[in-house]
Amino acid sequence: MSELRDLYQEVILDHVKRPRNFGPLPAASHHAVGHNPLCGDMVTVFLTVAEDQIADAQFVGTGCAISVASASLMTEAIKGKTEAGVRAMFDQFHAGLTAKDEVTAVSALAELDKLAVFGGVREFPIRVKCATLPWHTLLAALDRVTEAVKTE
Amino acid sequence: MTAIQPITTSPRLDVERVRQDFPILSRLVHGKRLVFLDSAASAQKPRAVMDIERDIYEAGYANVHRGVYWLSQHATEAFEAAREKVRQFLNARETREIVFVRGATEAINLVAQSYGRSFLSVGDEIIITHMEHHSNIVPWQLLREAKGVMLKVAPIDDSGELDLEGFARLIGPRTKLISVTHVANALGTVVPVEAVIRLAKERGIPVLIDGCQALPHQAIDVQALDCDFYVFSGHKLYGPTGIGVLYGKAQHLQAMPPWQGGGDMIRSVTFQKTEYNELPWKFEAGTPHIIGAIGLGAAIDYIQSIGYDAIGAHESDLLTYALRELSAIDSLRLIGQPRHRSGVISFALGGVHPHDIGTILDHDGICVRAGHHCAQPTMDRFGVSATVRASFAIYNGRDDVDALVAGLHKVHEVFRL
Repeated sequence: MSELRDLYQEVILDHVKRPRNFGPLPAASHHAVGHNPLCGDMVTVFLTVAEDQIADAQFVGTGCAISVASASLMTEAIKGKTEAGVRAMFDQFHAGLTAKDEVTAVSALAELDKLAVFGGVREFPIRVKCATLPWHTLLAALDRVTEAVKTE
Repeated sequence: MTAIQPITTSPRLDVERVRQDFPILSRLVHGKRLVFLDSAASAQKPRAVMDIERDIYEAGYANVHRGVYWLSQHATEAFEAAREKVRQFLNARETREIVFVRGATEAINLVAQSYGRSFLSVGDEIIITHMEHHSNIVPWQLLREAKGVMLKVAPIDDSGELDLEGFARLIGPRTKLISVTHVANALGTVVPVEAVIRLAKERGIPVLIDGCQALPHQAIDVQALDCDFYVFSGHKLYGPTGIGVLYGKAQHLQAMPPWQGGGDMIRSVTFQKTEYNELPWKFEAGTPHIIGAIGLGAAIDYIQSIGYDAIGAHESDLLTYALRELSAIDSLRLIGQPRHRSGVISFALGGVHPHDIGTILDHDGICVRAGHHCAQPTMDRFGVSATVRASFAIYNGRDDVDALVAGLHKVHEVFRL
């Protein structure tokens, strides 16, 4: 049960019940669609980027608790960051979830404030793609990729 | 080779006895007893099937149909004996009406390509239902792209039953083929195929039945049904993967051109002219899945040693129990409530995504399927993107249902439902 509590932490459940920054962004300068065909998670990420800064970020989509919470926490975390900063965050987030070495993973996540709540996903490798889907979609938006990104 | 011993002489299925035949059921998952409730995706295999596969590879294996030596003859006999076993199992009239394929998906593609491309043309209509597996949708869509045939979809009602009147209304002068599932994999609905076939026969329309989810639970008599094609996959029937059957009435299979070319499906080859082999080998190009066919034969033997009466009674009791227990869970919604149900129960729980439910259940060793079950149109019809599906087989008992229910209460706890 404790692993489940680690996965479905209070913060995550809160963001599932009340996702932040949920809804379209009419004046978005960037957007992309992401899809996890394995479980049907879908997310669209909208960004307003001004002078290399993420001025605003929103998302819409349907999916599992992990993907929704990840998208919600991601949009909170990236506001005000530079594009380079955001890409660095993704690398750390990804390392935190997938690095084979426990110590590397934990320290990578520790620097990401609230995003560290996803540390529990490491015990559930099948769910890593749910957590990273919004981030892949975010990068696709920044790269102006027009086709929907997939996690497969 | 060891003969399969009858498990029970009474019509009661002894679950504990059956479980002993399935080695995988004694393993632990995450330290918990394996509660396997996903046989509709693929069933576990009894030792009898594994034993025969090993026996063949250890003492009886060679390529079939080609060899002049005794070992090849022996393997050929075992392979063709499996085909005859399938004929008996389905009560087909002739052994040459049994074509071995990779699975039901390949069987339907074979019919769509070989029968469809030869006998259907632009404007002809094919009827399927709203609750088909993708394998009984996409091959017809490919045929539509290739030949300009039209696809008509028979509606289902809010319980997940086939709307027979709606189906009948779709039949018209251009209807040239009807292809329906016998038991819907996402909903558990038992389709009244007898009624479908009767309506089709009145107009001389051939019918293909997808029996994947039916055969594990009930005996099938293709002559009594009078269907034109019947397909199923071996791996859902406690047999190996990579083997399945297309049953087709001889008159159809005779008229259909070969769909894959190569060895074994020919009588003679020159660069000017090639003569095709007779049925059923006309449709079996290349070296077949020898061990798959023989393993399927062993699986059929195993099922028959238990008997469909015992299987039917057991699963009916289990389904009734499961439906009662699941319906008592707060905020659980059954997806599909057909009057005649077989094998599976699909449900939603609160607003929790099936993927999350699946993860929590997995943590307790419970295997269910969470997703669209290769039946996205069915999901759309019920306004969901995915469901949780529990399916029941001969090795499941009430304790598995109880474990599932306890797991779902845990979901309540974790998600504060």
